[in-house]
Amino acid sequence: MTESPAQETASPVPESETQPLPQQPVNPGAPAREALAGAALPLKMSVRNLDFFYGDNQALKSVNVPLYDRHATAFIGPSGCGKSTLLRVLNRMYDLYPGQRATGDVLLDGENVLDPKLDLNSLRARVGMVFQKPTPFPMTIYENIAFGVRLYENLGKADMDDRVEKALRGAAIWDEVKDKLNASGLSLSGGQQQRLCIARTVAIQPEVILFDEPCSALDPISTAKVEELIDELRNHYTIAIVTHNMQQAVRVSQYTAFMYLGEMVEFGETGQIFQTPRESRTQDYITGRFG
Amino acid sequence: MVEQHTVRSFDAELELLGRHISEMGGIAEKMLADAMDALAGMNAELARQVISADARLDALQRTVEEETVAVIARRQPVAVDLREIIGALRISGDLERVGDLAKNIAKRAAKIAGEGRMPRAMVGLKSMHDLAVMQLNDVLDAYAQRDAERAKAVWLRDAELDSLEDSVFRDLLTHMMEDPRNITFCTHLLFCSKNLERVGDHTTNIAETVFYIRTGRPLPNERPRGAASTDLA
Repeated sequence: MTESPAQETASPVPESETQPLPQQPVNPGAPAREALAGAALPLKMSVRNLDFFYGDNQALKSVNVPLYDRHATAFIGPSGCGKSTLLRVLNRMYDLYPGQRATGDVLLDGENVLDPKLDLNSLRARVGMVFQKPTPFPMTIYENIAFGVRLYENLGKADMDDRVEKALRGAAIWDEVKDKLNASGLSLSGGQQQRLCIARTVAIQPEVILFDEPCSALDPISTAKVEELIDELRNHYTIAIVTHNMQQAVRVSQYTAFMYLGEMVEFGETGQIFQTPRESRTQDYITGRFG
Repeated sequence: MVEQHTVRSFDAELELLGRHISEMGGIAEKMLADAMDALAGMNAELARQVISADARLDALQRTVEEETVAVIARRQPVAVDLREIIGALRISGDLERVGDLAKNIAKRAAKIAGEGRMPRAMVGLKSMHDLAVMQLNDVLDAYAQRDAERAKAVWLRDAELDSLEDSVFRDLLTHMMEDPRNITFCTHLLFCSKNLERVGDHTTNIAETVFYIRTGRPLPNERPRGAASTDLA
């Protein structure tokens, strides 16, 4: 019924133009070009035939999904559909809990994340995560950033100052906190705390950033700032975002995955999913006809 | 239509939009039929009724416009819902134009009502009118049933109207050459035939919109046209 991105490669843009990836945000008014890039995009992560169990309860059923390099992929679906579970598998957060296990492949640059021999610390440095509620450490703003960096790197004072500033700038919060870096991270507003947490994640210089409903506890202005930030971040990082706000998925992502009851129902370019979904279950969900 | 929305008032808003489009369709059809009757029957009074009916159609179009803007602002619709709403907006524009074209025919009917000439060309014009009305009727049914195939059939049939217009054009030209006293009268009829051809174009626009609402795809850009169509006015 709808055209797949592959069919749109007929457009006369030389292949060389799709590589390397554009560093500036792709013009939202040019969906054809976006889809065109999709056909030639390198994979950053790839989930293949992933099953996941909470004890006897199967939460993910043979899930397949690609995460394209330096693009944002949104995961949508009703509560309990498995989208947060999937996110927790991508950096093996589930490892912290006994009785939870995953089978299948989760490839990060071709390397299987589920391999038991994998160094979890370096994995989580490469695949950072931002949670639903802001979780600043009870430390100064400066230390909130430096703390994580010290786990992985040994930087001098000047280099560390530099890294903290870069991270705070990268999270669009520098101007608001530069004069009070020694104040407690907990003294900030909710929206600022969330951006502090994003700065903390960015400071480690990850390759992939996972967002688990990053704006659900924020007011509209803070939400807009975080969305703007995500749009900026995807020039440098591969992004996966779980959200219940479908307008948010449309705004920040280039690809959207719709999940239901542990299954990947439909994956596609965001414009296609929200304009002409292939699956009736997707259509029913995004138009508010579910249940 | 598909399953109901979880938010019932959304369904109610979409239904209201659909009802207003149906009402506009009904008015446009009646205006078109009356305009032709006025023309054929030299009935100036009926022509004036057609002219005054247009105000209701214009008012309804403004209502539909306001409703679509409000629904988009309230619901942030996506996928089939968004197509429904954008479709209603487009169709209301096309129906408003059909009303204007019927009004133009009625104005000419009022003007030539006193002339009493009935050249054979009126026969061709009547066939054009019947086809235009049938097409409009069909496309409104296709809209009511959200039937993409039926819409596409209407869209394909528009070529017939175009070739009828060609033959009416040739007929009228012949009458004018036969007797120059026919020129004023026939020129009015020529414009009426052009108006009917334009009604056909709006009908195909509506067919395209119905197809888009149902499938999410556009019909091809190139609308089928009658062979050797003379591009008048």
